[in-house]
Amino acid sequence: MSDSPSASYLPEHPKVTDWVHDFDHTDPVWTDDPFPIWETLRAASPVVHTERFLGCYMPTTYQAVKEIAYDTEHFSSRRVIVRDVRPDITARAPPITSDPPEHKPAKQVLLPPFTPDAMKRLEPRVRAICNELIDEFIADGRCDAAACYTKHIPVRAIAHMLGIPEKDGDLFIKWIHQILELGIKNDEELMNGVREMTGYFMAHLEQRKLAPGDDLISQLLRAKGPGGQALTDEHVLGSLRLLLIAGIDTTWSAIGSSLWHLARTPADRERLVAEPALIPTAIEEFLRAYAPVTMAREVMKETTISGCPVKAGNMVLLSFPAANRDPAMFPDADKVVIDRKENRHAAFGLGIHRCVGSNLARMEMQVAIEEWLKRIPDFRLDPAGKVTWSEGTVRGPRQLPVLFGKNA
Amino acid sequence: MAKLRIRVDQDKCQGHARCKSLAPELFELDEYGNAHEVGDGTVPAGLEDKAWLAQTNCPEIAIEVTEE
Repeated sequence: MSDSPSASYLPEHPKVTDWVHDFDHTDPVWTDDPFPIWETLRAASPVVHTERFLGCYMPTTYQAVKEIAYDTEHFSSRRVIVRDVRPDITARAPPITSDPPEHKPAKQVLLPPFTPDAMKRLEPRVRAICNELIDEFIADGRCDAAACYTKHIPVRAIAHMLGIPEKDGDLFIKWIHQILELGIKNDEELMNGVREMTGYFMAHLEQRKLAPGDDLISQLLRAKGPGGQALTDEHVLGSLRLLLIAGIDTTWSAIGSSLWHLARTPADRERLVAEPALIPTAIEEFLRAYAPVTMAREVMKETTISGCPVKAGNMVLLSFPAANRDPAMFPDADKVVIDRKENRHAAFGLGIHRCVGSNLARMEMQVAIEEWLKRIPDFRLDPAGKVTWSEGTVRGPRQLPVLFGKNA
Repeated sequence: MAKLRIRVDQDKCQGHARCKSLAPELFELDEYGNAHEVGDGTVPAGLEDKAWLAQTNCPEIAIEVTEE
């Protein structure tokens, strides 16, 4: 699915008929409802393989996903998206694309700005952003919650952190669409997105060098690498690229899936309105059941995962969302239980690549759901509209038409 | 109820911060967001359930709870 005019010339993948031996995470059936597919794959093997994407494995159980996430010796993060092509690696985004030993120092510089305490300082602005967005459509009694609400919250929050005009968020959204969705099958779109983004941030970098501030770009320019030296411009640009690519449509998707669930589950909606203290627990369950992010690894050395041989040269579709639906790990894995007590979900990854923005994402999700439920406690999917889902690496609603207020 | 003691394994903790959110009395975070047990890890009476809740929600299985 895509709303871009350029999507018409994307090369089509043959329709999947044998999921176990020929899976494809860009197939429209997967995009629409991946959960039964994962169940089929898991029943077949802890690790399945497809010849598509120049050869790619997918671990289907929590255990197999965990083994790969913890094994940085056999599995590299230098490519983190499973695509049709594997061009030379040019645009790195440390630390997500880093392996040990480079990974740790690159991650250490990014961690302090994203602690829970740092997120508490950002929270009032995010609350205001949510209310400004709701003000725009609440009188209409209807909206596309993906286009008018969930999409803008992470964009504006990150722009605020970077000290960049919040209105530039539309550019961010365009680049992300080019890189994460169109870029899977179209190298030119990907390179255009990366090039424009790099130029934009380079200008901000030069500006911050002349007039430093408290924003995250200035903090990164002040940060010191492992040997006490400043980070190179290329490193700072890479990390900014990462924040944008990893921090926007992911959270946009997670908030969207949460609202989608609440729109069609009145009992859960009513309970959270009556018991807002339960919202953080419910958010963890939404993260488990609708984890938006599937990562990738590249097999560097032959090894065995959950008893299955894995050969070098293949990619790995590292599906944290599928791990989160494994009934061996989560009782009633396919049910959304908003007061689930034990929940070791892997929505933010496992091991050294734990999402650096997880505290930001959780805060944004919590504030977005709290403010929505305060002002729009009763809402439902618009039966005349259609919910559509993003394709590929990050899954969430891209159209989410809902009715409320006078239309509820 | 037996007296509990908690310990965060620093080799395993990746800073998910689930423990801090579920049991803020028992865990503190450093400047990188990684978790440490408060004090010597002794769980004050009445907070035992929170200790177990933190333990069972840690994605990295980094929290040890021992009964003394």
